[in-house]
Amino acid sequence: MHAIEKILAKAAGKKTVTTGEIINCKVDLAGINDLYLQTVRSFFEMGGKKVNDPKKIVMFLDHYAPASTITQADNQKQFREFCWDQGIDLLMDVDQGVCHQILADKGLVYPGMVLVITDSHTTTHGAFGAFGTGVGGTDLAIIMMTGQLWFRVPDIIRINLEGKLPKGVYAKDIILKAIGTLGADYGVYRAVEFTGPVLKELSVSERMALCNMTTEMGAKTAYIQPDEITLAYLKDKVKHDYEIFTTDPGYQYSAEHTFDVTNLKPQLAAPHSVDNVHDVAAYEGKPVNQAFLGTCTGGRLDDIAVAVRILKGKHINPRTRFIVVPASKGVFLEAMNKGYVQALVEAGATFVTPGCAACLGTHQGMLANGETCITASSRNFPGRMGHNQAEIFVASPASVAAAALEGKIVDPTKYLD
Amino acid sequence: MNNTIKGKAFVYGDNISTDQIYPGQYLDLTDPELVVQHALQGVDPSFIKEAKPGDIVVATANFGCGSSREHAATTLKTAGVGAILADSFGRIFYRNAINLGIPLLICPGIGKVVKRGDTVSVDLTSGKVTDETTGATFQAQPLSDYVMDILKNGGIKPMIKKEYGQ
Repeated sequence: MHAIEKILAKAAGKKTVTTGEIINCKVDLAGINDLYLQTVRSFFEMGGKKVNDPKKIVMFLDHYAPASTITQADNQKQFREFCWDQGIDLLMDVDQGVCHQILADKGLVYPGMVLVITDSHTTTHGAFGAFGTGVGGTDLAIIMMTGQLWFRVPDIIRINLEGKLPKGVYAKDIILKAIGTLGADYGVYRAVEFTGPVLKELSVSERMALCNMTTEMGAKTAYIQPDEITLAYLKDKVKHDYEIFTTDPGYQYSAEHTFDVTNLKPQLAAPHSVDNVHDVAAYEGKPVNQAFLGTCTGGRLDDIAVAVRILKGKHINPRTRFIVVPASKGVFLEAMNKGYVQALVEAGATFVTPGCAACLGTHQGMLANGETCITASSRNFPGRMGHNQAEIFVASPASVAAAALEGKIVDPTKYLD
Repeated sequence: MNNTIKGKAFVYGDNISTDQIYPGQYLDLTDPELVVQHALQGVDPSFIKEAKPGDIVVATANFGCGSSREHAATTLKTAGVGAILADSFGRIFYRNAINLGIPLLICPGIGKVVKRGDTVSVDLTSGKVTDETTGATFQAQPLSDYVMDILKNGGIKPMIKKEYGQ
């Protein structure tokens, strides 16, 4: 069996599982975002009164942090009251940041766990060897009532990363290349495991970006086998006992793909599809109105650090705005301690509260009709960050910072000697 | 549950995201009667004016990809969509829609053949799909027993309520 299958089998109380089988799994931690008041509604509609195990529920007020409308404020009020009534102590209020980064910062994610959140990017937690997957509000309400949820055991594909990562090229470029090659629907109903020597060059932050973006090929979950890099990260954070599962030798993947990254150039996904992927150079010179650095995909300390490398002591182009959203309070604090916030604000950055911000097209950096944005977030669907006719280019934090500096799309490599 | 569904087709292309089915700027709405007003607004603002209960949404690959927002399923459910047929679906959207009791069928090839306005009928038990306007037929993947059970119960909420309601 694969490690993912072993995680699912254990959660289902079974010795083995097979691809395609429908199983009921105990969920170790279930998270709700503030977009999903439907979760609370479905809970009561299904006759719920008390949450099955309030210690296994976490509430995140991250998508509307802080509320911009009275309706958002009212939804958040109802969430807080629900937590207080139900004894849910893990209420992550509007100061905390994006759910996925909070879980990493606070040591709430660990290898071998089953983690379900009302957020599609829950695949991020494959970086820790966890089974993380996104669901909707009603599914999450079922977990609140029963402590478990049904899953179809996915077939598993392997993406093997060979070669040596060139300077100026990051995990984001690798995963964009993979999505562009395989397609936005390649991973639908499937799990994706990353393997290969390149992983040894990737920090936990970079691994999170890699796993996060598997959602954009439709994947159900992602996985990286925990190693010394993972364990060093988890060491002082995680208090919970955990088990690291391993894949049996000779396991047959449903498909295997190898990417040699040695000659990879910075990549971007051009409008309006995440699999419309090209070298950044193909769009060199395209003017950008907004450069957006942040979210669960590209708002970690490493991402802010690379922007500082490119922008420190300089100033962004006066026709471009540079929105920076630290992924979490923890990231924000570290960025302040290291002087990154000072450097970027002096360079012309606009900082907003840790959270999802403009990534989901609701607030804090919306795009007007006909505007162009380059973003370190994950999606460029029509209307994703504002007007339906705005153009969104998805790229690495380095490409975003370089574009902010020059006011146009540019290969960032020259700034990273 | 009605085993045969018949309605007028609304046809869309690849990778229609939940952002297009239900734009992010309306995510703070929770009342289905408000949510329904923005159904498919990001790809086809005329849908909500023209669609009638029982009509069928048809697409090519990866319909409902992207965000996990249940609003995308709620808005189509409240619009009275009778079934959604596509080459493939975003997996969270698939779960959300089935949970609300909308029949979703994986029906390879349909999105490139059926035209907007064609009358389409679906037999949920056999998976046979017919474009009654042109006579073209398609074979959808049969629904699993578990999914059929959810649909027969009118969605997953009544099922869970029966078993776990407190």
